[in-house]
Amino acid sequence: MSKSPTDVVITGIGIVSCHGVGRLAHEELLNGKQAPAPVIDRDRFAPYPVHPMPQIDWSTQIPRRGDQRQMENWQRLGVFTAGLALDDAGLKEDPDACATMDMIVAAGGGERDISVDTLILNEAATRNDREVLLNEKLTTELRPTLFLAQLSNLLAGNISIVHKVTGSSKTFMGEESAGISAVSTAYERIRSGQSTHALVGGAYNAERPDMHILYEGIRSLAQGDWQPLWSRDHVGGGIITGSASAFLVLESRAHAEARNATIYAVVTAVEGNRGSRDEGALETRIEDMAKHAELSDGSDLLIMSGASGRHELLNREKATIAKNWPNAALRGYGGLTGHTMEAQFPIGIALAALALKSEAILPQFDQNHEAIMPEAASSALVTAVGFVHGEGLAVLKAD
Amino acid sequence: MTKRAYRDHLGRPLIAVTGMGIVTSLGQGKEDNWRALTSGTSGIHAITRFPTDALATRISGTVDFMNAPIISGELSFAFADAATREAMAQASIDGDFNGPLFVAAPPVECEWSQRFELADEAGLGASEENAYDGILATLRKKPHESFTRSALFGTVAERLADTYGTRGLPVTLSTACASGATAIQLGVDAIRQGRTDRALTVATDGSVNAESLIRFSLLSALSTQNDQPEKASKPFTKDRDGFVIAEGGAALVLESLESAIGRGARVLGILKGYGEKADHFHRTRSSPDGGPAIATIQAALSDAGLDETGISYINAHGTSTPENDKMEYQSLSTVFGDHLPNIPVSSNKSMIGHTLTAAGAVEAIFSLLTIATGTVPPTINYENPDPAIEMDVVPNVKRDHNVTSVLSNSFGFGGQNACLVMTAEPA
Repeated sequence: MSKSPTDVVITGIGIVSCHGVGRLAHEELLNGKQAPAPVIDRDRFAPYPVHPMPQIDWSTQIPRRGDQRQMENWQRLGVFTAGLALDDAGLKEDPDACATMDMIVAAGGGERDISVDTLILNEAATRNDREVLLNEKLTTELRPTLFLAQLSNLLAGNISIVHKVTGSSKTFMGEESAGISAVSTAYERIRSGQSTHALVGGAYNAERPDMHILYEGIRSLAQGDWQPLWSRDHVGGGIITGSASAFLVLESRAHAEARNATIYAVVTAVEGNRGSRDEGALETRIEDMAKHAELSDGSDLLIMSGASGRHELLNREKATIAKNWPNAALRGYGGLTGHTMEAQFPIGIALAALALKSEAILPQFDQNHEAIMPEAASSALVTAVGFVHGEGLAVLKAD
Repeated sequence: MTKRAYRDHLGRPLIAVTGMGIVTSLGQGKEDNWRALTSGTSGIHAITRFPTDALATRISGTVDFMNAPIISGELSFAFADAATREAMAQASIDGDFNGPLFVAAPPVECEWSQRFELADEAGLGASEENAYDGILATLRKKPHESFTRSALFGTVAERLADTYGTRGLPVTLSTACASGATAIQLGVDAIRQGRTDRALTVATDGSVNAESLIRFSLLSALSTQNDQPEKASKPFTKDRDGFVIAEGGAALVLESLESAIGRGARVLGILKGYGEKADHFHRTRSSPDGGPAIATIQAALSDAGLDETGISYINAHGTSTPENDKMEYQSLSTVFGDHLPNIPVSSNKSMIGHTLTAAGAVEAIFSLLTIATGTVPPTINYENPDPAIEMDVVPNVKRDHNVTSVLSNSFGFGGQNACLVMTAEPA
């Protein structure tokens, strides 16, 4: 591949999942002899298993206690991981770079106060004037700061406050699609010369029943024991959610080389689409996006699938991959991290970039469905198929 | 027109607005809105959507005339849909839009009415430890697809994409009170990058319910002057005491000028430039020195190829909160200096309240109508001027004024700042 100054390169990776904090923990996982043992909490949200957040010393990235208190775990996790990415890129202590850095965050909403919701629903069981009850309880029970912890754009807002990233600040929403659009928008801005460096990513807190009800409205959560991603056939809908986050520093090659930054990988395509998922439609969209991305099959291609685990979609994505890239090595990373909604696509890109840079021979995450990798990959395809809507992919090349 | 005339000062494609649609508490459609806005009519009224007993704020600019269920996601879609339909018709685009879609939508969660319904269905008692356990047990028994769909943040964009045949993956975004301007900015970028000839940019907010009102109220952000609702929003006055929460929707069809002229579309104005800059001072307050707002305005002027002499009207953010109006004045006086007294500056929010997620796009449309008609809408309720804010706010009565370029400001919670510059079509 010929190198160009407007290539979009990845120069910083912040990542946190149930398997640990930071780039090295995940590099180790990708280079392991075998898949890591699943990190699962089966009890707290039974019958739903979740991949819990690891132990995190927040103060290493969010030094002020006051800042930590203004957030709940979703925002804390994102702000923390964004800090890791800036550190990793060597830009954390560069105020000029942060003040001119674009930022796009893929976000959902923050945690609701489960005890206030329960209090209101308990009272509502015996009262007919529910709207009056709501006014009474919300006025007296809601913590003013919780509103800010719930606001979608306040993850980005807190990154500005804590890390001083202020070139621009945008928050994209819409479940997995938010992550696809966030990466794609940053990619297009840099590629076209509108921007030289950007922070992009998302975070997800899986340890919240207020999110579980969204998944369960369409009965998409797995129940009981953890199973490898492609093998899921237990009761329930197949999705095991995970607390995790990834942020990436994307730069133009010119900007990265001028400051001697480490380049993990080059991003050569980011595509997204949506529409009907009737028989064949989803498959055709994935194929069309891949055609547009000019991606060819090969034993040096790694496919990092962001499959959510949802039963209805799992085999359709897998069959499409098997049909189009029979020689590539498929790995479903959601089996390790859990499904992470808005953060899913950035996490896939982070893992793929780490795999390329460390020339990893990845262990099989699901022995019955994933082939042994014959060689380290020179390029990677990251896929995203939203649990309800939206699909996307990214193509990365080793530099 | 020569090829060169289709390019801006930096050689980028000029971007035309060829379709606009709008819904606010003043009415549906540009005509009704413009008539009311220029006659100084307020859309603010006592809230009837839900009981307001014991609430500090009992007024708003809700849109109560749409035929849609009173659920935030449904209302937000209804406003977006009506505005988009109007914009597409004006742009004479039949059939599929065939370009990307950018939607500023409120981060709405499920409604309390939905939670109550689920709790009833689950037969929850009065002493549950965690109500969500019971709700989840019910959902395991029977799917509630419409519940999930209504609570997903991407649903408004999904429905718009299906209805209007937009292309690719729509972007749903939130930059708080700057969201509408950000949606337009993303549309501008898509055309400047050469990814498309046209983009559909929509901003909507139908999220006034008890919880959202109370949340803003707990932050002391809202006016509590309930007795005369139409007088509560009074930007730049001495007795301003907070914004009035409101609803609305707006849609703009953006096209490269070349493509618009090429297909014979009527050009309503030019989206000449934008600026953006985040603020790291505080979660809800702007830097007291206005630094980021100043940088945003300057970036917008520079992007548009104009300087401080090039703006003939400013459509202010003008929320009527003590802090915003002061900071906005400081920023404007820093950037425009001696020119500021000669530039009319008015706040649409004095009449329609703060339409939050929709505001940036709603006010962009009013800015373009100002250019098109030569009528500057007033700042109403300007009875007790704040002596510390020396601006020509077009007090209380509209004014005829030849306007060829407008700066429209949007500043929001979370350090969000976005400004747009719109101009008349080049001669």
